[in-house]
Amino acid sequence: MPPPTNAVPPIAVAGLRKSFGRQTVLDGITFELASGQVTCVLGRSGTGKSVLLKLLIGLETPDAGSIRLAGHDISSGSLRQLNDARKKVGFLFQQAALYDSMTIAENVAFPIRRHTTLSDAERNDRVHQLLESVGMDRDLDKMPSEISGGMRKRVGLARALALEPAILMFDEPTAGLDPITAAEIATLIVELRDRRHITSIVVTHDLHSARSIADRLIVLDRGKALFDGTFENLNRNKDPFIGTFLKDAA
Amino acid sequence: MATPAIPRAAIEDLRALGKPLEDVLEWVGDLGLFTWRVAKAMVSRPFEGAEFLRQLDAIGAKSLPLAALAGAATGVVLSLQTRDSLMRFGAKSLLPAVIVFSLVKETGPIITGLIVSGRVGAGIGAELGSMRVTEQIDAMEASAVDPHKYLVATRVVACIVAMPLLTIAADFFGILMGWVASTLAEPVSLRLFLSNGFHGVTFNDLLPPTLKTSIFGLIIGVVSCFQGMRTRGGTEGVGRSATSSVVLSSLFIIVADVLLVQLILEFF
Repeated sequence: MPPPTNAVPPIAVAGLRKSFGRQTVLDGITFELASGQVTCVLGRSGTGKSVLLKLLIGLETPDAGSIRLAGHDISSGSLRQLNDARKKVGFLFQQAALYDSMTIAENVAFPIRRHTTLSDAERNDRVHQLLESVGMDRDLDKMPSEISGGMRKRVGLARALALEPAILMFDEPTAGLDPITAAEIATLIVELRDRRHITSIVVTHDLHSARSIADRLIVLDRGKALFDGTFENLNRNKDPFIGTFLKDAA
Repeated sequence: MATPAIPRAAIEDLRALGKPLEDVLEWVGDLGLFTWRVAKAMVSRPFEGAEFLRQLDAIGAKSLPLAALAGAATGVVLSLQTRDSLMRFGAKSLLPAVIVFSLVKETGPIITGLIVSGRVGAGIGAELGSMRVTEQIDAMEASAVDPHKYLVATRVVACIVAMPLLTIAADFFGILMGWVASTLAEPVSLRLFLSNGFHGVTFNDLLPPTLKTSIFGLIIGVVSCFQGMRTRGGTEGVGRSATSSVVLSSLFIIVADVLLVQLILEFF
């Protein structure tokens, strides 16, 4: 699929600041994501990577700065604007966050039921297709507690894709998974970029996965974006923190 | 003349003393905002009919055996205790009326309120708390679904609707078992028991006390959902939310009952 010629960046962040009490977590973060690219956000634990994702989807409110998501200004707009933007975004949480009172099929059907007018048969077909695309179409009636962590992530990804989003956000998609499952999730992210031209932002500690999926890397340290560029440029970077980070993460 | 400086330790002590009050005021403010948000969610479209029915089943139908048992036990105890007291004053014939009035006007509603706050309050606090700490509520918001509407409003409305129905059930079983206990001590027909019991009972004796339990339902729903939604701190936090849901909703039900009884006596 050729990349759409859309001048509006899927995500644009300017001067983003966020503090919890006296602790400044993000301090003046600015970036724009290009359409159809996978961007990985790296950094040590507690550097605000997950907070950044929650700000981007409107689960946290910034202290200062602006966020434009899918063309909507979500930092100063209304809840309706925020929800309009959210419908264009899929979010995969670190522990998948499946609704534990619903079956796997109901989990994936939930956003479709809420935001589309598909008939029951069309919705069931769509759920089946989505679960098939992540290799989970044989466990439709299982409850989330009956499947493994890797399977939950796959179902979470199917649910994130339910509304055919233009943007995907991943919070530690490979954390806690065995190397084979982690590689499969990484492959799915790359396939989504290549086949559907989905823009992805991935928060991860996993340098190995980041190397295989990222078109662009942003390294956070002490609330600031210490590096923003490609993997090749990261390897050439002389910053002592980045040198240590690459060495320890390898 | 320079003003003497207040020692830093004294300021810190004052701050420490004021902290609990600050926390309470913050809690009350947050509860008010939460209630306003839920009230708006209740009256705005789309209405969550399917989820409301599911909650009505979970909160109402599944509480029915407990409410019926509590009512029945209360009826038996009332019958046994009151019979003994009334016999001392030679007013044994008033036993059916005492049981009916006591159950319908106060004992049935308050017992049902406290029983349901225990069962349902703990359930809601733990369920929403668990959903909060496992990011399920965040996931719902991220997919543009308002959890205050889908999770909270449905539970609150289900509590409001279920409470009067459960109270009627508790009253029914209380009166029935009151008659059983009474007739075991001294045989009396059910027809005569009911005729004596409901003699002089007016609509105003029945309706306001039963409908006041909707306020109890509102308290259980709002307080439990509020405690569940603000859960922090993993599984320990879920436990705290479940406990505080029961304690606070029971406490507020008792306080509300005092005020509502005054209002009912004033206006009915």
